[in-house]
Order: sequence, then C-alpha cells, then structure tokens
Amino acid sequence: MNAITKPSRRRLLGTAVAAAGAFTFGFRFPAPSKALAQGAAAPATPEINAWVVVQPDETIIIRIARSEMGQGTLTGLAQMVAEELECDWSKVTTEYPTPGQNLARGRIWGNMSTGGSRGIRDSHEYVRKGGAAARMMLIQAAANAWGVPPAECRAANSIITHTPSGRTTTYGAQAAAAMRLTAPAAADVPLKDPKDWKLIGQPVARLDTRAKLNGSQVYGMDLKLPGMLNAAIHACPVFGGTVAAVDSAETERMPGVKRVVRVGDYAVAVVADTWWRAKKGLDALKITWNYGQHANASSAAFREVMVQGFDAPQAAVGNRNGDAPAAIAGAARKVEAVYGYPHQNHACMEVMNATAIWTPERCEVWTPTQNGEAAHAATAEAAGLPPARCEVHKIHLGGGFGRRGAVHDWVRQVVDIAKQMPGTPIKLVWTREEDMLQGRFHPVTMAKMTAALDAQGNLTGLHMRISGQSIVAGIFPQNIRDGRDPVVFQGLNASGGEADIGYTFPNLLIDHAMRNPHVPPGFWRGVNLNQNAVYLECFIDEIAHTAGKDPLEFRRSLMANHPKHLAVLNAAAARAGWGTPAAAVNGLAVHRGLCVTHGFGAYVAACAEVSVTDAGEVKVHRIVAATDPGYAVNPQQIAAQVEGSFVYGLSAALYGECTVKDGRIEQTNFDTYPVMRMVDMPKVETIVAPTGGFWGGVGEPTIAVAAPAVLNAIFAATGKRIRQLPLQQADLRRT
Amino acid sequence: MAKLNVNGRVIDVQVEDDTPLLWVLREQLELTGTKYGCGIAQCGACTVHVDGVATRSCAMPVSAFDENQKIVTIEGLSPDSSHPIQQAWLALDVPQCGFCQSGMIMAAAALLAATPRPTEQQIRDEVTNICRCGTYNRVLAGIQRAAGTAGAAG
Ligand code: FES
Ligand code: FES
Repeated sequence: MNAITKPSRRRLLGTAVAAAGAFTFGFRFPAPSKALAQGAAAPATPEINAWVVVQPDETIIIRIARSEMGQGTLTGLAQMVAEELECDWSKVTTEYPTPGQNLARGRIWGNMSTGGSRGIRDSHEYVRKGGAAARMMLIQAAANAWGVPPAECRAANSIITHTPSGRTTTYGAQAAAAMRLTAPAAADVPLKDPKDWKLIGQPVARLDTRAKLNGSQVYGMDLKLPGMLNAAIHACPVFGGTVAAVDSAETERMPGVKRVVRVGDYAVAVVADTWWRAKKGLDALKITWNYGQHANASSAAFREVMVQGFDAPQAAVGNRNGDAPAAIAGAARKVEAVYGYPHQNHACMEVMNATAIWTPERCEVWTPTQNGEAAHAATAEAAGLPPARCEVHKIHLGGGFGRRGAVHDWVRQVVDIAKQMPGTPIKLVWTREEDMLQGRFHPVTMAKMTAALDAQGNLTGLHMRISGQSIVAGIFPQNIRDGRDPVVFQGLNASGGEADIGYTFPNLLIDHAMRNPHVPPGFWRGVNLNQNAVYLECFIDEIAHTAGKDPLEFRRSLMANHPKHLAVLNAAAARAGWGTPAAAVNGLAVHRGLCVTHGFGAYVAACAEVSVTDAGEVKVHRIVAATDPGYAVNPQQIAAQVEGSFVYGLSAALYGECTVKDGRIEQTNFDTYPVMRMVDMPKVETIVAPTGGFWGGVGEPTIAVAAPAVLNAIFAATGKRIRQLPLQQADLRRT
Repeated sequence: MAKLNVNGRVIDVQVEDDTPLLWVLREQLELTGTKYGCGIAQCGACTVHVDGVATRSCAMPVSAFDENQKIVTIEGLSPDSSHPIQQAWLALDVPQCGFCQSGMIMAAAALLAATPRPTEQQIRDEVTNICRCGTYNRVLAGIQRAAGTAGAAG
C-alpha cells in the first residue's frame, strides 16, 4: 500500500497544493529544481532597487526582509516603503528575499531577524529610503523621457506628472528605464517629515488576510515537493541525554516506512511516505536512552538552588544608586517578599517543522523562521556545505513568539535527515508532544524584594535580588561578561535605554545571581520583561499597601523623572476609572489593579478589572491598556497586537507552567499545558498614544503588564498576594 | 480503504483504518487548510463539518466515516470566500498568524448554522478553539457581525 494517492483524485478535488511553485499569494516559492539551477544569488524578478519591483502591469512588489508571524510586520513594513514610493497601495504585494540572496548581495536587506519587537523599529529608516530612492529613479526616468528636469515632476498613486505641462505617465511604464539608472546615494535620499505621512499611521487592512480565510495560506507544515518523504522525530526527553540503542524491527515492517535514522547522538527519526505513517512508526520504536547527568533533575530541587542565590555574595549589578543595603539596615520598617516565575513553553499553534533537500553540491531548506539568516547559517553548518551553496526559503509562520528565532534546532535535524537520504526532499514535522518536551523555555527565575520605609512611611530604599536563569548564557554564552547578562535587567535599567525602570528611588540596588538549570532557555515573547514586571510592579503595590497609600498615588510620587511612563499609567488609570468603584458584575464586586513598564522601546500600562468568587475563581472582566510606541505605523494592527498580547500574557499568568521531573518536562500537550480560550477573554480597550521622536515595538511589551495588573487586582479583591505564577496553583478561596 | 464524501465529492482513500480523518484530508486529499495543532481534540485547529456539525478531525479515525456523511473542509465552505463568517473576518482583519483560523472559521460557521443569533455567552462557551496569537475578541466580534448581532447585548 505505497501508492495511496492517485493523481486523478487531486484533480477531482481541484484544490491540490501540487508543487512548491504553484501556490502564490503575494509570495513566490521557487520550485527546488529551478532554485537549484538558478543559484542563490539570482533575483526572482527585475527590480528598481532591492526593496521595490515594479511590473509593467503596475503591480508593485515590496520586498520584506523580516518575517510575518501574525504580528502584521509585513503590512507595516510595506506601508513604510509605499509611503515614500508614492505608489498605488491597492497594487502592492510582497515577497521575501532569501537569506542566500542577502548574503550574495552584501546584506543589502540588512538584518533579517524578527524578534525583540524590532521588525519595524530597527529598519524603518532604510526601508523608507528604499521606497524613496525607487520613487526618485522612476521620476528621473520619466523626466529623461520628457527631456525635463526631474524637479518639475511629482509622483502620487503610481502616476508621475510633469507639473508645468500636465503630462503624465505611470510607474509601470517607466520601470524598465528606471531599473537602468544609477541609484542615488543614501545620503541624497531625503525622507518625508512624519507630519506629511499619508499611509504610515493609517489603519490599513492587512495584506495577508484573504489567504487565511479559505485554507490557501501555505504554512511550512503544508509544503509538498515532488518526491518528498515525511519524517517524525523523537529526541531524548532528558536534555543532554543520548540514544543508547534503537530496536526498529517492528517499525521497519510498517506500511509506508522507508527509513529509521539517527539524528545526531540524541534523536531518532522515522521517514515514511506520509507523516501519519512516520508518526505511527515512531510510536512503535523501542528506544533506549542514556539520560546522562540530569536524569534526576527536578523543578523543586532547582528552586532550592535559586533560593540559595538570594544571599550569594556574587551577583551582577543591573542598576544601582545610593546605598540600598545601608538604607535597609537603617529602616524603621522593612517590607520583604519572594516572587517566582516558572518555565513556560511558547506553544506556537504550528509545531516546529522544516523541509530540506540535500545533495553533495547543495542544500535547500523551506521553513517558518523568525530569522532567515540564522536558519541559513544553521543549514550550512548541518549540511557541511559553504553558505553560498545553501539556501533557505522562508514561509509564513504559524506563530513564532521567539521560538523560531535564535535557535534552529529543527532545521539542523531536517538537514541531518536529508543528508542521510541525498536528493530526496524530506519534510520533518514535530508532534505536539515533541514540541512541548523539546522547547526553548521561558527562563525560570525568582526574586527577593526588600524595601526600606522611614517612620513616616516614605520609601527610602529598594533591593531587588534576582536569582535564576539567563537566556543569554544558554543561547549566546559569548555575550556573558563577568557573569553578567545585561538582558536579565529588562525594564529595570537606569534611564536612557529601551527598557528602563519608571521610578526614582532614593537608594536602589538591582542585582542578579545567575543560576542556570539544565532546561534550555529561549527568548519567549516579552522575554525578561515578563517576570521583572511581576516582581517590581506587584512589590510596588505591596509597599504602597504597607505604607497605607493608594497604589496609583504611590507610583506617581516616584515617577516625576519618568514622564512617559507616567503618561501611559495616567491614561490607563483614567480610562479605567481609577478612584471610582467599578460596577459589580453578576453580583460580584469588581476590583482594579495597575501596572506600568517600559520595554522594547515602548511605554505600556494596564489597569485590570477582576472579580473573585468565594470559591476562589478568578474572572478578568476588562483590561484597559495604554501604549506609547513613539510612532504608530498602523493603529489597528497595534490594537490587535495589544489584544493578542493579553491573551499570551494572561495564558501565562493563569495557566502557564512547565515543570521538570526526572530531568524532563512533565507537560506534553494542551491537556496538561492549558492556555487561554475565548471564555476567559476579557474586554480589552487599547489606548494608542504615540508621542513621536522614537520607535518602540508593539508585539511584546504589553504581555508583561497583563500578569501584574491582574495580580494586583486580585489582591485588591481578596487581600491575598500571589507571588508565584501561574495563578491556577494559588488557593483564593475565601476562608 | 474508505469511501468519503468530502466537499461534495465521493472519494476512495486507501489508508490504514486507524488513520485520523485529519491526516487523510491533509495527506491523501491534499486539503491542507485543515491544520494539525495537538492531535488530541484539544485545540480545534483540525475542525471540519461532518453533516454540519463542527468536528475535530484529528481524533476521529477514517473508519468512523462512510460516504453518507457529508464532510466539509475550509476549502469547501464557500466557493469564493463569501460565507458570512469569511466576509466578517475580512472586514475585521481577524487573523494574525492565521494558523488556527481554518478551525475557528469552521467552528464559527457551524455555530451560526445551528444558532443563527447566538448570545455572547453562547459564542464564548461554544467556540473553544485555541488561538495562541490571541484573536479571540475579533473572533467574537466577527461572529456577532456575521450573525447581525454586533453591538447587541450578550
Ligand atoms: S489538532 Fe485536532 S483538536 Fe487539535
Ligand atoms: S491567528 Fe495565530 S494561532 Fe490564531
């Protein structure tokens, strides 16, 4: 039963995704044979410059170097190019240049990494210049044809007009001539004043919605190449363990199974004609593992290690002014609390997957990735080929959240498998269970918070000792200097950066005792801002309560030097109605909690409204969020990102926890790793208040304010402080 | 070997009896709009209609079906994306990454077929699909728009 699909059936259904080259919705996927023949450096289409292709039929193709994973970057970046290009927006489509082309052309598209909410804020200038330069070249081409000075011509909506004579021509008509002109130097390409923007700042519809409504959007998992086989994989569930022995006799007799292969020393894959048969074959394997030195590791044991870090003399300083230990030693009153934040899995809706074809000459990979260049480097390394002989084709992501950015473990795996079957395209798709067990997890940390109050209840000092895991130490250990991971202090830094603390304390010490478990960490949407906002913003609430002050007034008294933090906090509090009682819902009193932070360059605040039943059930009714990202490229996408951020942040706050027992993660699927569903979803009101002059990200910072705002509201409702996430572990029953 | 009625056509498929409908749709019939998210009927990414009822196809073996049951996938919901749910989704730009959206749309369409004017609470209780990007509020608004209850009290 090998030939299970007759071609006639595909035609019958008429919706087959027959070959990689066949699906186009804005994006082109070169068929492998064509791509192999072309070589990586050949541009897909004639271009005005690297960013803009104009076709004779007036279609405008804007090249997007960053990755679309749902956050709307594709549309936002296209808006920025189109703003300066002055093209007809209704004719705009997009394509991804490949990392191989980027390498061959001296990184003409710059950084392809899509993480840290940087898609727009890091590239706004050069993509706008790309659009402006293309416009200048198109105008120059028209001016040459007419024999007039370009200064007498202007462009709008893809039409070039010679103002004195009223003559017009189109971008499509001038494209061929414009392509042959020398590009202006970047310094000679002026950009519009933001006040003249027509498209940036508009809530234009996303460019990628239609294909997501009828099943035609192709994700990595949907890819099909001619002659392709499918693979399922199982890596040692204990991180650092290896394969000792594999009994594959039963698997090899199963229908459709082609090969059982080792992947590195730590994983086994089954290759079959269909993925389901590969997965069945995988289930039938008898694998003996060497669990290695972490076979007995547990979350409980690691917690002890972190607690020991609270008093460790060695700690890296993140932010310091005055002498906090002295202030605490001399305090009339001390406030102390210990907080903790667990490991969490990204749980992207689409599990990790990639397709690869390897020959001794060349290797190509198709994969959803947040960083095409990193995927390309991983491909070359795993393929044992020079980068120039490798190519990566990026595919729309079914969620990224940081999992698909820094580490391309699944890409290395698929190349390893494909290398063992030269010339055969292999699609590797993880099971959800594999995805849960082999994550790159939100770092686990704890914090010991100590505040000093004088006899009048004034705050005189704060010490925040973070103890626990460093993402940078796990992923980029070369960036650790003197035991210090600067990213650990996100949202806690002194002023002047992109993640600064919003308060001025008379004496302050924030330090970190690095303690790394064997669980591999990852950049998880919101990154270290998530736990830092919980620790600081809940503890600020605790201090206010101890000092007998209103949480908003108390915060304001520390925020005089932080006007942008203060502005978003005030905006959220005012809209929510802070200071007036919230209306009861279904007879239950509703209470409010606040949070403010700064991360990824944007200022964000939230006010959550929560009720808690006598039985301890928490309901989040409404969240008002205020964000100041400097410039708002697409307010409707920002609102969508803020709403989505609350789902991600509240999922984490309410349910998100991966625990370790016997060296492995215990949660294996959505039944043991619950996430938020619509029934839990509060109303979200988003205030977008861009103040201009800086570029902040919008995909992540709001996540961090979800949990603290809710936790502070729960305290207001119950008098109970929850200091360890997730909430589902807490007992909030009224006693 | 099974006979299936998918999107109005009767098709023979030759697979092991325990193959989930999801994988028959995706691999034998190449209808990849229906997604794999969990494989254990938790997330709803694999939702299709079976005789009009929203069904999680990952947990149903193909042997449970015959040609008398009408299976409709996202590709067969409407010939031109004109179903009121698809139209509402377009108007509100509901999808983010979009990976869950085939299942969301199928769940929403089945809800409206059974309950043309659902209350807000009915929508929240019955559309239990997971969306990790967090489109729930727009999904809710989209269903209300398609049902003509937008703005009405739930
Ligand atoms: S894949 Fe079927 S419910 Fe998740
Ligand atoms: S839109 Fe991405 S999972 Fe729902």
